Amino acid sequence: MGNFLEGRYRTCNTTGLPVCLDAQFFIKAHAVAAVVFFLIGAIAALLIALTRWSAVHLLPAMWFYRVLTLHGLNMLIFWIISFEIAILYFAGTSLLNSRLFSRKVAWVAYVLMVVGALMVDYIVLIGKGDVLMTSYPPLKAHPLFYLGIIFFAVGTLIAVFNFFATVYIARRDKTYEGSMPLVAYGALAAAIIAVVTLLHGATVMIPSFLWSLGLVEHIDAGWYRLVWWGLGHPSQQINVAAMVAVWYFMATLTTGAKPLNETVCRAAFVFYILFINLASAHHLLVDPGLNASWKIWNTSYAMYLAVLASMIHGFTVPASIEVAQRLKGFTRGIFNWLTSAPWGDPGFASIFLSIVIFGFIGGITGVTLGTEQINIIAHNTLRIPGHFHATVVGGTTLAFMGLTYYVVPLIFQRDFYFKKWARVQPYIFASGVVLLSLGMSFAGSYGVPRRHWDVNFTGAPLSAGFDAAAHFFLGVLGIGGILAFTGALIFIVLTVLAVFFGKSIAGQPFHGWQPAEKFKLSMEIFSRKKDEKFEQIAHKVPGTVVLVFVLLISFMVYYFANWKALADVWWVR
Amino acid sequence: MSIKSPESNWFKPPEGSERLWVGVALVWCMVMFLAMPYWHVKGKQNSTGESYAVTPAEFQKRVNRFVETNKVGEKNGIPVVEPSPGGDAYLMGQMWRWYPILKLKEGQTYRLHISSVDLQHGFSVLPININFQVLPGYDHVLTLTPTSKGIFQVICNEFCGIGHHLMTGQIIVE
Repeated sequence: MGNFLEGRYRTCNTTGLPVCLDAQFFIKAHAVAAVVFFLIGAIAALLIALTRWSAVHLLPAMWFYRVLTLHGLNMLIFWIISFEIAILYFAGTSLLNSRLFSRKVAWVAYVLMVVGALMVDYIVLIGKGDVLMTSYPPLKAHPLFYLGIIFFAVGTLIAVFNFFATVYIARRDKTYEGSMPLVAYGALAAAIIAVVTLLHGATVMIPSFLWSLGLVEHIDAGWYRLVWWGLGHPSQQINVAAMVAVWYFMATLTTGAKPLNETVCRAAFVFYILFINLASAHHLLVDPGLNASWKIWNTSYAMYLAVLASMIHGFTVPASIEVAQRLKGFTRGIFNWLTSAPWGDPGFASIFLSIVIFGFIGGITGVTLGTEQINIIAHNTLRIPGHFHATVVGGTTLAFMGLTYYVVPLIFQRDFYFKKWARVQPYIFASGVVLLSLGMSFAGSYGVPRRHWDVNFTGAPLSAGFDAAAHFFLGVLGIGGILAFTGALIFIVLTVLAVFFGKSIAGQPFHGWQPAEKFKLSMEIFSRKKDEKFEQIAHKVPGTVVLVFVLLISFMVYYFANWKALADVWWVR
Repeated sequence: MSIKSPESNWFKPPEGSERLWVGVALVWCMVMFLAMPYWHVKGKQNSTGESYAVTPAEFQKRVNRFVETNKVGEKNGIPVVEPSPGGDAYLMGQMWRWYPILKLKEGQTYRLHISSVDLQHGFSVLPININFQVLPGYDHVLTLTPTSKGIFQVICNEFCGIGHHLMTGQIIVE
C-alpha cells in the first residue's frame, strides 16, 4: 500500500504507475533546469566544434578556452546531474509506490543546485574562470567559481539524501512487496556512487576555495589531480548507472521487456558500486608520483569487474528486448525481433542507439585508452574526448533524451508538436555524435591534442603541426558537431514547445509514439509471469548472442591494434 | 522486474546464453588485466611514474647547469643541448616553451628529467605521439631510448593559459 498523503498523488493514465505530486513538481523543476543547462552547453559545443575544425577556426583563443570551460561544466555536471536528480525522485516515488520524503529538503537542494550552477556560469562568462572544467592548480579562478561548484555539489548531496530518505520510508511503510524493482535498484546504485563522488568533490573544492581566497598557501598539483578525478571520473559513473537504469526502464515501456535474470542484473549494479570509482586512475596513468602497480590495479577497476558489469548490461538489455519481441510472435530468423522493433518510437530508437554507441565506441575505446601503457599514446590527445563523447553524449545524453520523450507526456502531461521531427531526432543526433567521436578519435591518433586552440601552432618559436589526414578528421569532427547540434536543437525546441505550449493530456493515456494496441500488448507481455515458454526463449537469444560476439571481436581487434601501435614508439619507462 | 518488484524466487544463477556470455566476458576481462603486468615486465613502453620532489627554482637551476655544460649550438636563439649517452637530460616546461632543444642519439638511453616551473604542462612528442604529464614540484624521470632518427616536435597538451598553442620545443635524434 502506498503511503501517499491525501490528495497529493495521482495514477498515471498510461502506465498505471502511481505519481507523487510533490515528486512530480521537482521532477519537472529539475528537468527544466537540466534542459536549460543542456542548451547552454550545446551552443558552446557548436562554437567549439567550429573552432577545432581547423579550416573554420571560428573563435579567438581567449573565447575558445572560456567557452570550453562553459561547455564542460554545463554538460558533464549541470545538465546530467540535474537530470539524474529528476530520475532519482521518479524512481524513489513512482517505482517504490511512495511519497517523496520532504518537499522542504527538495527545495533547499534545488535552490542550491541552480544558484551554484548560475554562479559558475556567470564567473566563467565574465572571464574570471578561464581554468577549464578541471581547474588544475596552479591555474586559479575567482573564489565564486569554486563556491558555485561547492553549492551545486552540496545541493546534489541533499537531493540524494532526500532520495535515500524516500527509499527508507517506502521500506518502513511497506509500500512495495519483496525486493525493489530493478530500475529503482539501479537508481539506488547511482545515488550511492554519487555520494562517494561528491565527497571527493568536497575534499578537493573546499581547500581550492580557501586557496583562491588566499587562506591556504599552496595546493599540490599531483594531490589535486588525484582527488579531483575522484570527483571527475566517478561523476561520469553516476551517469553510467543512471543510463543503464534508463535502458531497463525504456526497454520495458517501449517493448514490454523484462530482465532474464534479476540476480545477474543486480550483481552487475553491485560491481559498479564496488569498483567503478577506481577508474579515476584513468586520468593519472602518465602522471609522476604514482607507481605502476597502483596504476594497473586502479585503472582496471580491480581486474575489470566494472567492465564486466557493463558487458553484462550490454547483453541483458537487448536480450530482454529480444525475448519480449519473440513472445509477441516476431520469431522468424535471428534478427526479425530487431527489425520489427518500434524504430519510429523515439524512446526506443534513443535507447537502442545509446546502447550501440556506448558499447561499440565508448566502451571499447574507454577500456583500451585506460590500459596503463596504451595511455602513453592517448593521454591528452583528442582520442580522450573521442571516447567520452561516445559514452556521455552518445550513451547517457541520448538515453536521457529518449526518456524525456516519455517524461513530457507522462509527468508534465503535455503532448508534443511536430511528432515526425521527434521520430527522426535520435537518428540525427546519433549520427552527429558518431561522426564527432570518430573524427576526434582518429585525429587524436595522430597526436592532435585536446583542449587546444590552434593545432597549426601559428607564431610559435619552433614550428609544429599535423599532416592533411589529421586536418581531414578535424573536419569530420566539425561536421559531426554541426549534425549533433542540429539534433540537440530539435530535441530542445520540441521539448520546450511541449512543456510550455503543449496541449494538456491530463487524465488521458498517451499513445503518441506507438499505437495503443501495441502498447497494451507490450504491457501484457511484461506482466505475464515468467513461465516455461519465457524461460525457453530466454535461454537461447541468438540475435543478442550474435550482437555481443560482434562487439567482442571488434573489442579484441581495437585492443590489440593499440598494443601494436604502442610497440612501435620509442622505448620509455 | 524492471518497473515492478520481481517474483520472490529471483535469486538464481544465470543460464543458457546469458551464462555463456558472462563467462566469456569474465575471461576477456582477465586477459586484459594480465596484459598490463605482462607488458610491465616484457614491454618496452611503460609508465612507471618515477619522480622526485623538486621546487621550481631548484629545477630551473639544474636546467641552466645542464645547458651550460652540454650546449652544442643554437637554433632560433634557443640552445641546442646534447647530453652524454646514458646520462641525465633536462627539459623544462614553462609558459610557453619547452627549454632547451635536445639532441639525442638513436638507440642510446637517457634519463630525461621533466618538470614545470609554473603551471601544469603536457609533454607530447610528435609525430610519434608519446605523452606524459608534467607537474610543478615533481621531477618526472623518463628513461627514454629514441628508436628513430629525425627532428621531432614537442608540444604542450595540457591547457596552460592563453599562449598554450605557442608552446613548442624540439628533440633532434641522430
